[in-house]
Amino acid sequence: MTFLRDMYVVFARSLRLSLRNPAWVVIGLSQPVLYLVLFGPLLKPLAGQLGGDAWRVFVPGMLVQLGIFGGMFVGFGLIAEYRAGVIESMRVTPASRVSLLMGRVLRDVLVLLVQASLLTLVALPMGLRAPVAGVIVALLVVGLLVAAFSAASYAVALTLKSEDALAPLLNAVAIPVLLLSGILLPMALAPGWLRRLSDVNPLKHVVDGLRALFRGDLWSSSSLLGLAMTVLLVVLGTWFGTRTFRRESA
Amino acid sequence: MITARGLARTYRSRRGDVLAVRGVDLDVAEREIVGFLGPNGAGKTTTLRMLTTLLEPTAGEATVAGCDLRKDPVGVRRRIGYVSQSGSTYPEARSGEEIVDHARLYGMRPQQAARRGHELFEQLDLPGLWDRPTKTLSGGQRRRLDIAMGLVHDPVLVFLDEPTTGLDPQSRANLWQHVRSLRDDRGSTVFLTTHYLEEADALCDRILVIDDGRIVAEGTPDELKRGVSGDAVVLAVADPAQLPPSVAIVSELVGVTDLSEDGGTLRFRVPDGAAALPGLLRALDAAGVQPTSVEVRRPSLDDVFLSLTGRSLRDEPADVPAGAMT
Repeated sequence: MTFLRDMYVVFARSLRLSLRNPAWVVIGLSQPVLYLVLFGPLLKPLAGQLGGDAWRVFVPGMLVQLGIFGGMFVGFGLIAEYRAGVIESMRVTPASRVSLLMGRVLRDVLVLLVQASLLTLVALPMGLRAPVAGVIVALLVVGLLVAAFSAASYAVALTLKSEDALAPLLNAVAIPVLLLSGILLPMALAPGWLRRLSDVNPLKHVVDGLRALFRGDLWSSSSLLGLAMTVLLVVLGTWFGTRTFRRESA
Repeated sequence: MITARGLARTYRSRRGDVLAVRGVDLDVAEREIVGFLGPNGAGKTTTLRMLTTLLEPTAGEATVAGCDLRKDPVGVRRRIGYVSQSGSTYPEARSGEEIVDHARLYGMRPQQAARRGHELFEQLDLPGLWDRPTKTLSGGQRRRLDIAMGLVHDPVLVFLDEPTTGLDPQSRANLWQHVRSLRDDRGSTVFLTTHYLEEADALCDRILVIDDGRIVAEGTPDELKRGVSGDAVVLAVADPAQLPPSVAIVSELVGVTDLSEDGGTLRFRVPDGAAALPGLLRALDAAGVQPTSVEVRRPSLDDVFLSLTGRSLRDEPADVPAGAMT
């Protein structure tokens, strides 16, 4: 149980530091709202082509985007901690090195879940109608997604140890992943070649799965495929993160 | 407390393997303060990172604080404290929180951790800083906080990596006191790296000199200095015509070495400069030579380093205070 205790210590410390920086809390919370208010209305006229309810298409996409980006960029914080010597000083304690990773991942999941819930709540008065069970499962999927991306981001950050190297890499990955996932507009609107290209992107299936959940199709093939892809990403992300944090020389 | 045999670390780079540490053998006894002296890039920090389980050796083995470095790294971590060069606290975090969290990673309960933290703040002169963000601390305070972090679990062996780099002379002298009390009051063994000769000289019972990834000498500061063949003597003569007789007299001295002459100044080494001086002056006087000045200098660790490696530690990059030694 020392693993859980170590993980909790790291989690509590990271969360405390996150909350102490109100700028980030405000920016983190306002961004999803900005998307809803400033981008959502554009989708209204497209409702017919999107198969009915624009919000049921748009909000799940926003949730996935929040999960991916929220998770992906946590590596920057780790580099700052590394530079301050915090990571090294934790690595010479008997605490399990994986707990140093998972405590931070847990903080990221919690922070992003709060943001994701807020985004969903704000969408309600704007016109979102979705079954509660579906939304709750969708939020859990988003939490897993954050875990996958944040673990991977920490692993990359600990390997590169430089913001200057991390920033271009993240951008290089984030933009194609975003465009090929149908987050902003469903890939159903895409021409054949683009749709086939997007089929290789696991995140496209996650987005489709989340949209199915928002329609209330909890046991549809889309939602199950989306969940499976999310679990796959979690396995890959934590494997990568764990391996990097365990490595003696990292 | 530490036994290492053939400890080596190779880095892979695009241009092939780089041997950062080529095979270090070292022994450190209980309650010793041992200094690891060498220029930047000599392999000090790499060796330290291996001994503290942060870096896996590519060859060799070591027992640290009774635990095998390879088989039981967690056992090593439990027993050692490590104060790294780069610090150990986050600028935005409060000092007290950092030390409590650190203690909790050693398995302490929150109250026990807080009590221990306050105790160390007391011992290391950090009163009233408990609730302050670490970024508001002065360099010396932050370094003492780092040491407090490293001591939180009462380790039997403490590693300090360049503990006084970047500190002003006053904070440095103050920190030396604290390092000495680690051994004198707590009975800890201390292993520190430094590229300051005065620091090694002032603080260490024993010094290991490392250069280019291997240990080139070891001994007490005095032993190492004695290894340099004698004291340096500089003798200036005003009249160039008196140089040849002076050289002749100096070369007669027992055990004289490294005799050189440059623009009316003779430089040489003799085993005991102070004792040789009266005889030398009498002989010069008898020959009608009138020296304008004579200077005898006890060998410094810089001389040791120079004679061992052919390079001066003072040639190293500019973070060494200028004019500390001439």
